[in-house]
Amino acid sequence: MNVLVEVDAVSKAELLDVSEAGPAPKRIIAGFGFWIFLLSDIVMFSALFASYAVLAKATAGGPTGAQLFDLRNAAMETAFLLLSSYSCGLMSLAVESRHRFGIFFGAVVTFLLGAAFLNLELREFQDMIAAGASPQRSAFLSAFFTLVGCHGLHVAIGLAWLVLMMIQLSMRGFQQVVVRRLHCFSLFWHALDIIWVLIFTIVYLMGVLP
Amino acid sequence: MRYGSLAAVLLVAATLGGCDGVLDPKGPIALAERQILFNATGIMLAIVIPVALATLGVAFWFRASNERARYRPNFVDSGRVEILVWSIPLMTVLLVGTVAWIGAYDLDPPKTIAASTKPLKIQVVSLDWKWLFIYPEQGIASVNHLTIPVGTPVSFELTSSGVMNSFFVPQLAGQIYTMAGMLTRLNLRADYAGTYRGMSANYSGAGFSDMYFKVDAVAPNSFAQWAAATRNAGPVLDAQAYAGLVKPSRSVAPFTYRSVASGLFTGILSAAMQPDAGLCVPYSKSMRAER
Amino acid sequence: MNLLGKLTWDAIPLHEPIIVGTVASVGVVILAAFARVTVKGYWPYLWREWITSVDHKRIGIMYIVLALLMLVRGFADGIMMRTQQAVAAGGAQGYLPPEHFDQIFSAHGTIMIFFVAMPLVIGLMNFAVPLQLGVRDVAFPTMNSASLWLTATGILLINASLAIGEFAKTGWVAYPPLSELQFSPGVGVDYYLWSLQISGIGTLLSGVNFVTTILKMRAPGMSYMRMPVFCWTALASNLLIVAAFPVLTALFAMLLLDRYLGFHFFTLDGGGNAMMYVNLFWVWGHPEVYILVLPAFGIYSEVSATFSEKTLFGYRSMVGATLAICVLSYTVWLHHFFTMGASAGVNAFFGITSMIIGVPTGVKVFNWLFTMYGGRVRFTVPVLWTIGFMVTFVFGGLTGVLLALPAVDWQVHNSVFLVAHFHHVIVPGVLFGAIAGYNYWFPKAFGFKLDERWGKAAFWCWFIGFHLAFMPLYVTGLMGMTRRLQHYDVVAWQPWLLVAEAGAIIVMAGIICQVVQLVVSIRHREQLRDTTGDPWNGRTPEWATASPPPAWNFAILPRVDEIDAFWAKKQRVLAQQDLPRRQRRYQPIEVPKNSPAGFVTAFFAVITGFALIWHIWWMAGVGLLGATVTWLAFMFRAQDEVEIPAEQLGRFDRTHPVEVSL
Repeated sequence: MNVLVEVDAVSKAELLDVSEAGPAPKRIIAGFGFWIFLLSDIVMFSALFASYAVLAKATAGGPTGAQLFDLRNAAMETAFLLLSSYSCGLMSLAVESRHRFGIFFGAVVTFLLGAAFLNLELREFQDMIAAGASPQRSAFLSAFFTLVGCHGLHVAIGLAWLVLMMIQLSMRGFQQVVVRRLHCFSLFWHALDIIWVLIFTIVYLMGVLP
Repeated sequence: MRYGSLAAVLLVAATLGGCDGVLDPKGPIALAERQILFNATGIMLAIVIPVALATLGVAFWFRASNERARYRPNFVDSGRVEILVWSIPLMTVLLVGTVAWIGAYDLDPPKTIAASTKPLKIQVVSLDWKWLFIYPEQGIASVNHLTIPVGTPVSFELTSSGVMNSFFVPQLAGQIYTMAGMLTRLNLRADYAGTYRGMSANYSGAGFSDMYFKVDAVAPNSFAQWAAATRNAGPVLDAQAYAGLVKPSRSVAPFTYRSVASGLFTGILSAAMQPDAGLCVPYSKSMRAER
Repeated sequence: MNLLGKLTWDAIPLHEPIIVGTVASVGVVILAAFARVTVKGYWPYLWREWITSVDHKRIGIMYIVLALLMLVRGFADGIMMRTQQAVAAGGAQGYLPPEHFDQIFSAHGTIMIFFVAMPLVIGLMNFAVPLQLGVRDVAFPTMNSASLWLTATGILLINASLAIGEFAKTGWVAYPPLSELQFSPGVGVDYYLWSLQISGIGTLLSGVNFVTTILKMRAPGMSYMRMPVFCWTALASNLLIVAAFPVLTALFAMLLLDRYLGFHFFTLDGGGNAMMYVNLFWVWGHPEVYILVLPAFGIYSEVSATFSEKTLFGYRSMVGATLAICVLSYTVWLHHFFTMGASAGVNAFFGITSMIIGVPTGVKVFNWLFTMYGGRVRFTVPVLWTIGFMVTFVFGGLTGVLLALPAVDWQVHNSVFLVAHFHHVIVPGVLFGAIAGYNYWFPKAFGFKLDERWGKAAFWCWFIGFHLAFMPLYVTGLMGMTRRLQHYDVVAWQPWLLVAEAGAIIVMAGIICQVVQLVVSIRHREQLRDTTGDPWNGRTPEWATASPPPAWNFAILPRVDEIDAFWAKKQRVLAQQDLPRRQRRYQPIEVPKNSPAGFVTAFFAVITGFALIWHIWWMAGVGLLGATVTWLAFMFRAQDEVEIPAEQLGRFDRTHPVEVSL
């Protein structure tokens, strides 16, 4: 919406402080709002991390993390996800410079790397369940599957969002709303990366320690 | 005024002995808890009553129709008032906080009561919807009725067969939760002979309202007689009998068992217990019941 | 495969006459209302102007309507409990068997917290905050609509549990192991979980919306320290929503996974840990009560300043105290379970933090007192509620300090002393504040005031009834009466409980007075008309608009240079100071377009929720698919905004003149 401010009685100097400059532009509002949403999502993950920490040793006579976790696999997942963040960053730069091919290329690479991450994760889950280490086996496994699975679900939603954004970009071009949403997507994708680093550290690396 | 009457009611209830509750303590723990209640109430009333009266007074005096009240629209800030207004609550909190700290340590439920006599050990299991009391040293058990000797400290170990309950005999001590797979502890002593009311203080399902029981504090030799008599009659509490007891039932009339299978309580505890270290992270006794 | 999952005809509780009677009566009323709306042809108007509205004012009003309707149900549950306890003494079993009574007290708590207090507070913030900030709407108007309708979804589901199936019998906190499948195999806990999980999403989005609005959208010149205090408390409350509700989302997800997929978060076997539920629940639960009470404190600040004709005393101090409460609310949660067996050091720590949080609250009470000091206090209905709050709440706070002492808490935890305490702080704190705000902002919302006489009658009924209903519970609590008892053996408690019953009846009279107040006010709306937009001689920007304001609030955004900007402007006008002449040049503005997206998403959420509760998997899939399609339609919609031409702005201002404009 447009904002009209009566300026004749007001000198420019009085408007310098951003807190007094009136409502912020939509781009800022959308980005800020999405940041706050991401913070809330991080709080949700914190609760899941807390439950994992409490239940990490509650293996009920079943398999432990040390027995189950394949660090090589986790390292590959990490590599894929971190690289996908890099490609997402390149995509964002291309959005800034309105470089269509760069955007689509960055998006495709991000998608493929994200999908590769998900593929490895789903395989890992499948193998664990086949070996009897299902989430119904123990509290530790319940917490593991929920925490890591929730992150995976977010990645899947991110991939779907990416596809939709590319469709919308090709249909609408660089409308304000499209650019804003692409910006929000990249915030989302990078935040997922941060959560993964925490998972990798707390769940996998610390999980294989004696 | 309404609040004066609240205070009066509490005092009246205290002097008359508020039936079966903390205001009529019969043991040192409950007595100390009541004292803290009175002290803290007194300190807080000294702050709160003047504030309430001042609110009514100020509102009434400065009513718009009062010509005599001085309108001071610029009285919107005062460093002096702020200092007063922050420091009164802060000092109150310091005072009451100290009481809180000392009380939390002195009356900590697992803390054994110093005495010349050896404490009586009782193991408690909350079931749906009754209480099982096991006397491991006497080798007997009782359902929905507790008999203890006067003047002897009693040391409870508590757990649950399923849902959370809360073991509570207000005239003797504060309450403590019972949780499956966890062991909580409570220590108390009855200093006067009598019959006191016990209950579950945590809602546990349809039969919860009937989970009250009587506590008989009797002379030590009467207690010994009762224990001996109990060993002579009644069913045996073994795994099978326990399995029957676990089945949900309400308004169970009190009865006793003449013997208890050894290791039964430990079995009940560990049946629900996590076999691994689970919660026992290095910060020893914080935030969890002892296992 | 069963097409209807667990749902069978047995789910309708035909054997419970009370429920059948209730559902039948409510059903008749709803049908009658629908019939009237249809016959009169109101549907297009309702759809266009209300259901698809993204206007914060309309959304705020709808929140409050929902809340007031649910207040009737929640209160009905309450008075049924009081009546049962008044009669079920000695051997008497009363008229409610445990299976029913246990659902009633669980529903009472759940409804009052989630579907009365939350929507009241969120509704008032919705209505007033953008107006007070001098802007046209919140940051994300369509998301705002979705938040409202998702709350309505939760309400629909919890009310459906009355007619189809059952509700939880676990208390409103639903601790495991009792809430696990082993001990609660029915659908009751699932109704509880899905209803709250879905409406929780709405609440979280609301939190994001308002934090962004307050921090990024204010009128030019309105720096942080020039915001009305209600906006500060709204900010603190919404920051708490953002930081606390996700914990509840995660927690309920864990319990749902236990119940649906056999996970072991809190089960007795497999290594589950029920204590973790208790901790996580109250990590959310304590900030929740501050989410509720902080906006109410803000309303008290506005009301005491306006009706004392004085700026709020100690504005900075109030802001500081609000933010202190916001942060400290995260440091106290263990006081809800001192009896769970934590060590003495841990208990002592949380006891002291729980007392420390009383300090900024005490500061606020003093500041309200000093606001009235030196003022010219007008005893309007909002002021009565405010003074009633002040003299009552401090005693509720006193009992709170008592409960913060672990040694005392071990005696009164889970007793009716505790019940009396939290009603003693929530009812005067949140409810009185919401009613004060409702009376205060009603003329702004609808263009006419509420009847004073019935308003005052309502206040006195509530004030007297509340005390009669809850003071006896302190006594019986100290006499050893624990909470949630369907019957009891100690007949000495009964006289006190009869007094409590009388109190509940008087409160009911108060509620009836409020209904009458509304009806009478609508009938006499021309006599009660607010023609100036400023019925109370207000101080903050919302009073510088017509009553009701146009959809766009301000044709030209106000310029704000100080606290109580509207009051300051009025003083300057009165003093006929030489003000620079502001030409009102209108330019066309864009306002967000109405959208059915929120309503339709919530519709599919009802289908999904109901399906998941009854294990009708294909229906759940349909619901999720429908919601997804709705989002896609919204995401790809062609036009976001509607332009209001300058002539329309000018015409509105000319036909709705305000005496002093900002």
